[in-house]
Amino acid sequence: MDGMSLLTITVLAVFVGFEVVSKVSSTLHTPLMSGANAIHGIILVGAIIVAGQASDPWILAVGLLAVVLATANLVGGFVVTDRMLEMFRGRQRPPSSVDAGQATGREGRR
Amino acid sequence: MTLLSPTWTALLYLAAAACFILALKGLSSPKSARRGNLIGAFGALVAVVAVFLSVKLDNIPWILGAIVVGAGVAAPVARRVQMTQMPQLVALFNGVGGGAAALVALLELPHTEDAWVRLAIVFTLLVGAVSFAGSAITFAKLQGLMTTRPVTFPGLPVLMAVVLLAAVAAGAVVIASGAPGWALVLLVLGLGAGVLLVLPVGGADVPIVISLLNAFTGLAVAASGLVLGNVLLVVAGTLVGASGTILTRAMASAMGRSVAGILFGAFKGGSTAGSTVVSERPVRSSSAEDIAVLLGYAQRVIIVPGYGLAVAQGQHTAAELALALEARGIDVDFAIHPVAGRMPGHMNVLLAEANVPYESLKEMSDINSEFKTTDVALVVGANDVVNPAAKTTSGSPIYGMPILEVADARQVVFLKRSMRPGFAGVENELLYEPQTTLLFGDAKDSLTKVLGAVKAL
Repeated sequence: MDGMSLLTITVLAVFVGFEVVSKVSSTLHTPLMSGANAIHGIILVGAIIVAGQASDPWILAVGLLAVVLATANLVGGFVVTDRMLEMFRGRQRPPSSVDAGQATGREGRR
Repeated sequence: MTLLSPTWTALLYLAAAACFILALKGLSSPKSARRGNLIGAFGALVAVVAVFLSVKLDNIPWILGAIVVGAGVAAPVARRVQMTQMPQLVALFNGVGGGAAALVALLELPHTEDAWVRLAIVFTLLVGAVSFAGSAITFAKLQGLMTTRPVTFPGLPVLMAVVLLAAVAAGAVVIASGAPGWALVLLVLGLGAGVLLVLPVGGADVPIVISLLNAFTGLAVAASGLVLGNVLLVVAGTLVGASGTILTRAMASAMGRSVAGILFGAFKGGSTAGSTVVSERPVRSSSAEDIAVLLGYAQRVIIVPGYGLAVAQGQHTAAELALALEARGIDVDFAIHPVAGRMPGHMNVLLAEANVPYESLKEMSDINSEFKTTDVALVVGANDVVNPAAKTTSGSPIYGMPILEVADARQVVFLKRSMRPGFAGVENELLYEPQTTLLFGDAKDSLTKVLGAVKAL
């Protein structure tokens, strides 16, 4: 792809990024950070390309190191974000903890 | 083996980019957030499959092995990490991403003659290395492997300037000659700059540094996309750069400080080293039973949690207390200051883990007007974020920082460990006001006692 098209895409992506992220609720800023973190793990695509073009063993070693680091970033980021978001529940939730159920029941009779 | 035509590859990358945008868009509400994140992960999977099918690759078994290793290390860590340790984990993942971008740029250098591409390589190398080393130091600070106090020494600003100038010079040589040796020099200089950037930052300012380094890694990935001519990397990296930039600015304004002031504040000597001076003025301290009476016969209670709550692992007890009060027909909300916790939005995650429904987690701007109609504001392990000195004392280090207006509530209860001031080292006048009651002790112990007393009412 030629330089001008890439530049165009970059500038448009900046605007999309600001637009989308400024609508994120501040309650979710931590998942936003770890989610954005996971997204830049897509450098894995670049790492696979350079490792796949390596002919010298040293270059392959460095390329594979990049693949390991990028995969850790990508997989770890999405997993931990999912774990966090799973915890954000609304008010109409099933009584998940026995403790909470007992407390409500006991106080409710008073 | 290239099964996919360039057109199909471009379409798959486009789909992946759209998935990433949807992932961020999903975060506008807790309802859609989890689905959005899964869409993002699916996009990443599509992109990785697309690269295997579209580029002629050697060493495929090795690459697959490396992917298994990376995923095998990261996934269990991500699944087991405690929510209080989230900031260090984000810093760690951010650092390895930056490191990967720098390595990709390093290996791509021999493949190009174009000066513009070399410029992008130089940028990726430098920023990726800064992000890697900076994140490593941030991780060490948060994990308690090194002091959280600002580390400074005479000549630090000069050293930083020298390193940056040397990096610019090395970068110019790389662009002119494409010499790999100089690229390695640049990499080392970038690592040095990352260390020097984060060392002088105090513990309380670390959240801002994490989001800034996040933006850096995003920019490095975007630049590596320019190097490889890969649209997906450009779009993904730019999205992350934008989110990091917005978060950094939001955090800085929530602390009433400028980003430059935080990064370079310690260079000038004015950092956030907490004072340990304890005042001798009289305060009204009380028992858990008295506080339970205050809370139990109120109509509206707002709980203001600070990092002290998380340190004491008291978020579950706080959530139970809220439930017990709600069972008595009392209206209970949590007021969350943007910088409560160790990274943006950290306190929300900690309370969500304790099963507090997200409707009860109120942002500062939404709840500040409600303190006027509140009977009791219960401040647990927070100090600076409710300190009226931020509004009234123009010489104070926290002057200008937006605060939660707990002073408007009819009664204010502080659960505090001691009279020691918070991170900013500023005394809180609110502690001496007539409507204020204090209960000294560890946040979790105090909450447990108050909870027991409320249940016994």
